[in-house]
Amino acid sequence: MSSSVKIKTLTIDERQVGAREDQTILDVARENGIKIPTLCSLKGLSAYGGCRMCIVEIAGTPKLLPSCMTTVEEGMVVTTNSDRIKKYRRSLLELYFSERNHVCSVCATNGYCELQSMAQEVEMTHVHFPYMYPQLDIDATHERFILDHNRCISCTRCVRVCDEIEGAHTLDIKDRGIDIRVITDLDHPWGESETCTQCGKCVHVCPTGALIERGKSVGEMSKRKQLLPYLTKMREAHE
Amino acid sequence: MTPEEFKKIGETHQKKREAFKYNINVCTAAACVSLQSEKVKDELASQVKEQGKKESCRISGTGCLGLCASGPLVTINNGQALYGGVKPGDAADIVKSIDKKPVKRLEIPADMPFFARQTKIALEHCGNTDPEVLGDYLALEGYEALYNCLTTMQPVEVIDTMVKSGLRGRGGGGYPVGLKWSTVHKAVGTKKFVICNADEGDPGAFMDRSMLESDPHSIVEGMAIAGYAVGATHGYVYIRGEYPLAIKRLKAAIKQAERQGFLGKNICGTPFSFDVEIRLGAGAFVCGEETALIASIEGKRGTPRPRPPYPAQYGLWGFPTLINNVETFANISPIVRKGADYYASIGTERSKGTKVFALAGSINNTGLIEVPMGITLREIVFEIGGGIIGGKKFKAVQTGGPSGGCIPDEYLDMKVDYESLAQVGSIMGSGGMIVMDETSCMVDVAKYFMDFCRSESCGKCAPCRVGTAQMYNLLNLISEGKATMHDMELLEELCDVVRNTSLCGLGQTAANPVLSTIRFFRDEYLAHIKDKKCPAGVCVIEHKEEAVL
Repeated sequence: MSSSVKIKTLTIDERQVGAREDQTILDVARENGIKIPTLCSLKGLSAYGGCRMCIVEIAGTPKLLPSCMTTVEEGMVVTTNSDRIKKYRRSLLELYFSERNHVCSVCATNGYCELQSMAQEVEMTHVHFPYMYPQLDIDATHERFILDHNRCISCTRCVRVCDEIEGAHTLDIKDRGIDIRVITDLDHPWGESETCTQCGKCVHVCPTGALIERGKSVGEMSKRKQLLPYLTKMREAHE
Repeated sequence: MTPEEFKKIGETHQKKREAFKYNINVCTAAACVSLQSEKVKDELASQVKEQGKKESCRISGTGCLGLCASGPLVTINNGQALYGGVKPGDAADIVKSIDKKPVKRLEIPADMPFFARQTKIALEHCGNTDPEVLGDYLALEGYEALYNCLTTMQPVEVIDTMVKSGLRGRGGGGYPVGLKWSTVHKAVGTKKFVICNADEGDPGAFMDRSMLESDPHSIVEGMAIAGYAVGATHGYVYIRGEYPLAIKRLKAAIKQAERQGFLGKNICGTPFSFDVEIRLGAGAFVCGEETALIASIEGKRGTPRPRPPYPAQYGLWGFPTLINNVETFANISPIVRKGADYYASIGTERSKGTKVFALAGSINNTGLIEVPMGITLREIVFEIGGGIIGGKKFKAVQTGGPSGGCIPDEYLDMKVDYESLAQVGSIMGSGGMIVMDETSCMVDVAKYFMDFCRSESCGKCAPCRVGTAQMYNLLNLISEGKATMHDMELLEELCDVVRNTSLCGLGQTAANPVLSTIRFFRDEYLAHIKDKKCPAGVCVIEHKEEAVL
């Protein structure tokens, strides 16, 4: 780190904290043990700003800003868990659950799912928006992995890890709005993919049961959460 | 090119025109073209030949004359006579009567309020030049503003002129142009870019299209001046692929400007270089959002990213980038030519100058108008617009497209400026104005706009992706008479969630049409829910007989 990096001081949840000027609010909060819920953000991948769970209030700004992509400023006063934000987070999470078919009781990642534990964390007791029950496919053509669109929350962690860490860019996104889907290659079955290196990183960064290993039954698919931090750490050490 | 040289080109063109006693201009903007104005033009030319009036009559195409409702439009000597609804078969009569009394059945009075009440600045050349001829533009002081900026003004002076003029961004947000330019000017970068946002996507809006079709050089000139002011050497016009005529004319204009040295290296013999490229949009509404637009130009999926950092600091390929809308750029050269004080003298305290609106919907004079800020909605709808079709009752006017709101009749005397519109829950937007009469159902209108937002949401952030789909489903239930008051509460709750948690402007404003119709027409919603009736008779509600067990 060059010596010219400036240090800023700011307030997060009434605590004075110091930060490098290039750090995001989320980074600083985590360093200081302040928990901000996230779904699309993952250390080691580029920031996306799509899940909206990490929104925070900043004094003087009427809009709620995603802490994962907002860099710190001198004298900033940040609130991460006001009643208003908590309410929005719960509503957002309910929207996630209403979007596709998140049926925990028959899901391979039951018990290991980030969406599930997030719901417990924000004290979501039920979904009061109508469930949309879309009819979605499952791509089980790959010999080792399964892509289940019913469980996908479109966080694009898999797309980013495939592109940024593995360098294969097998996974991407097609269509828009509610029809958005994760695809492999140019929307061909995963099993026919010539670019997939079968590394499985996508499976282990997926927060839900959308990407799982073949042969895992209900509640058997735990994710190797340490895989990505380990990889990035080793790469940094190598550089 | 020296100013003498390009003035000379303009003058020769002017003389060529004046050599003819009658200059017959046929509107060749998209609305009139769709009504066969090209055929009218050809027929006029052959009639002129046939009747032996080739010496005195000159036929040329021109840009939008504004009154699209009465197309195709033909004007003689810029307003000496104005004809509407001209069919190819009328050409003979028009040419026959050219030195006599005008043809009564086609004549449109040139002094009607539609024309008399307008103040044309951005549209000053629309309708009196041939958009495909550079000489026509030069004859009307074209590129003089650019030349004067390059030779007599420092970039900061140009920016100062914009600050003084009080011009605000015409794309919808209304951000002060001078402030934006000065931010980009001050931003540090080895390269800078200027982008013209011509991805006009609001339903019912056609201002940008008409301006590009009618006066493409003024946009090119405005961009070059902006480039000089902020220190950029490269410009992009991001235009939607659905505008083939505008693209064709803009391409031609860029080529002509390059050939005459108004674009390219060392413009007008000065050290300033600037070029303009066209990028075509592929039909995504969200690409009108500046960060999504930048992603699209970069060749990526057109999705927005959170701001800050704003494009002024971190824009195209990470360089400081100035993004303005077509109408904003069209205002630049008139402001430089006529002076900031002139522009600032028009309009209201906080909204200066004029605004172009596209009148659409249930209104007699649909078309393109430019009016001073601060004019009332009543003047626009009932004087310029000529009132409601068929003498029906006015119900609401929708401004700002899917991000705007519906304004009911009690606000007809409200002044049209950025602040007033925001106060009643709508926005200025880019200038679409859809007028609705008593036969419109406001639930149906809200449903229409929500359907638009739902299908145009990029899907990146959950509140917009799922929220708009949920809201559409609820609105659908209401319009079918199947909703309960609980659904209404859910709808209002979703409006709040989507507005406050969405990533970009699309989601943050998607609820506006719903919120404003609920605010002003709550009783219509209640009629659908409680009485299972659509007061306007638009929504089809099936009444099921209660099952008797």
